[in-house]
Amino acid sequence: MRNFLIRRAVSAFLSLIGATFVVFTVSIASDDPLLLYAKPTGYGMPESQRVALEAKLGLDKPIFVQYLLWIGRAFTGDLGESIFDERPVTDKIEERVGVTLKLGIVSWIFATVLGVPMGILSAVKRASLWDYIGRGFALFGQAVPNFWLGIMMIFLFAVRLDWLPSATAGEGFFSFKHYVMPVFVLGTATAGGYLRITRSAMLEVLDAEYVKLARAKGVENNWVVWKHALRNALIPPLTVSAVLMAGFITGSLITESVFAIPGIGSLAIQSVTNNDFPLVAGITMIFTALWVTTNFIADILYVVIDPRIRLN
Amino acid sequence: MTEALTTEYGTTTAELRGRKNPLIRFLESFRRYPIISVVIIGTLLVFGIFAPFLTTHDPDYGQLRAKIAPPAWNTAWYEENPRVESRFVLGADGVGRDIYSRMVDGARISLLVMAVSLASGMFIGTTLGLVAGYFGGFIDEIISRIWDIWAAIPFLLIALIIATVVGNSLEIVIGLLAMVSWSSFVRNVRAETFTLRERDYVAQAKIAGASAANIMWRHILPNVINTIVVIATLRVGGLILAEASLSFLGVGIPKPQATWGNMVADGRAYLSEAWWIAFFPGLAIFLTVMALNFMGDWLRDRWDPRLRQI
Repeated sequence: MRNFLIRRAVSAFLSLIGATFVVFTVSIASDDPLLLYAKPTGYGMPESQRVALEAKLGLDKPIFVQYLLWIGRAFTGDLGESIFDERPVTDKIEERVGVTLKLGIVSWIFATVLGVPMGILSAVKRASLWDYIGRGFALFGQAVPNFWLGIMMIFLFAVRLDWLPSATAGEGFFSFKHYVMPVFVLGTATAGGYLRITRSAMLEVLDAEYVKLARAKGVENNWVVWKHALRNALIPPLTVSAVLMAGFITGSLITESVFAIPGIGSLAIQSVTNNDFPLVAGITMIFTALWVTTNFIADILYVVIDPRIRLN
Repeated sequence: MTEALTTEYGTTTAELRGRKNPLIRFLESFRRYPIISVVIIGTLLVFGIFAPFLTTHDPDYGQLRAKIAPPAWNTAWYEENPRVESRFVLGADGVGRDIYSRMVDGARISLLVMAVSLASGMFIGTTLGLVAGYFGGFIDEIISRIWDIWAAIPFLLIALIIATVVGNSLEIVIGLLAMVSWSSFVRNVRAETFTLRERDYVAQAKIAGASAANIMWRHILPNVINTIVVIATLRVGGLILAEASLSFLGVGIPKPQATWGNMVADGRAYLSEAWWIAFFPGLAIFLTVMALNFMGDWLRDRWDPRLRQI
């Protein structure tokens, strides 16, 4: 058990280093970040100033050294300064992260509340109309392109019916109207995924020996489903829930761009367009750290919830 | 508990007795024979292969006079605008290009991108999976760690960076998608190979002096082909969505080449006056991905039920 956790932790750390290294080098090596200072319409830049700037940004050193310096500082909480407006990257991320987190968490709740019960119902009432509705929804959720669903919802609910606002996250802490569409768009695919996982887990459990035994003993159907089957069937959806949460954060890239929501996703797109490498690398760091941490949590949850794995 | 007494593929005892609701029986027939999926995928293939013969207009030529012309069933509009000579089956976009023709053209490019990226992802993933599973130990550890790191990289962000900096091209899109597609093959092929390499026939091949490469190619690969095909079918839908997302963000296949993703993106600006520009290409993506996913599920249930967790 301890060995397992240590192995996973090391692997998570390696993933973090590897992924940020790839993004860092790609964003620095593929173009000259100084172009951001010297606009094509401007007067250019004298040699002395260029050298000074390169030294200031650390661009005169080999990429590998630059990366080591950056990651060293990153672990102390300093992600450098944005080239674009010279503000600390952490500040820029901080002011945007709230919206993305809110969107992610609400979508996650939406997906769980919708997907898990429907998955259970679908499995318990297998081959009934409920099952077909459930699976139809899962099929829809996993096949519909996020951005198209968003645009079509904007067309229907904002343009035609004028019920909901079409863009931005609204004012105040949480503007319900502004979140309805983005949450639905972001949550639908995940709800479909939840539904499928819950359904197949539930079917497997309902087929297990101990459920058959309970039935043979004459235990009432409801009791079998809620007491014997459900507890075990919830293990897979619970463990993936952490990973799905991370998916929301990266999925925000498209949803935020469709609904013009000022979160991390749109900041990422903006920073890439500017080739603002400290910001790009910083955001990647956050995304990757989130992914790695949630995966790690999922691994731990798996072990904690399921004693069979712990004993092995 | 008649409901619990189910046979394979979800046929219930109740159904065998013929007591089923006709609606459910109708739905069940879809599940047993993926007719709709086959029809959609078949249509896509036909459109993709014979694209130049099936288009009604030049997909990249716009007639400004016909800008945002509605679909052909809106005859009133065409009567009001008699100078628009031809009818546009699914309407025209913001610069008067025929949506239908562009969709047909886009189907072709999508098929090309899918085929190349899936094939290369399949090749890389299967090879790595076979090697990792067959040799195990240190080699397996390295390949698995690479896989872990790979899974942690935010794909869309990398795609954005590469496309913005290097510029977007068909080759880059194919490369990016191949990068996404290989990983799921590695995992499953590796797991299968782990069990297969313990089989007697592998041991016998070893005694007979077969090389490692030979054993992997002749004795293990044929046994994992089913898994590979099932995964490929299950993954291709996701790849289409990924490609469409790239196009939507403007970093996919460069314009003016029509792709379903960039057509939806184009339609966004005309949402209030011309819904058809964004609607039809998106519908095509949706139907295609749904058909492919459904087909994948069906194949998996038939060929490889162990993969049910995917």
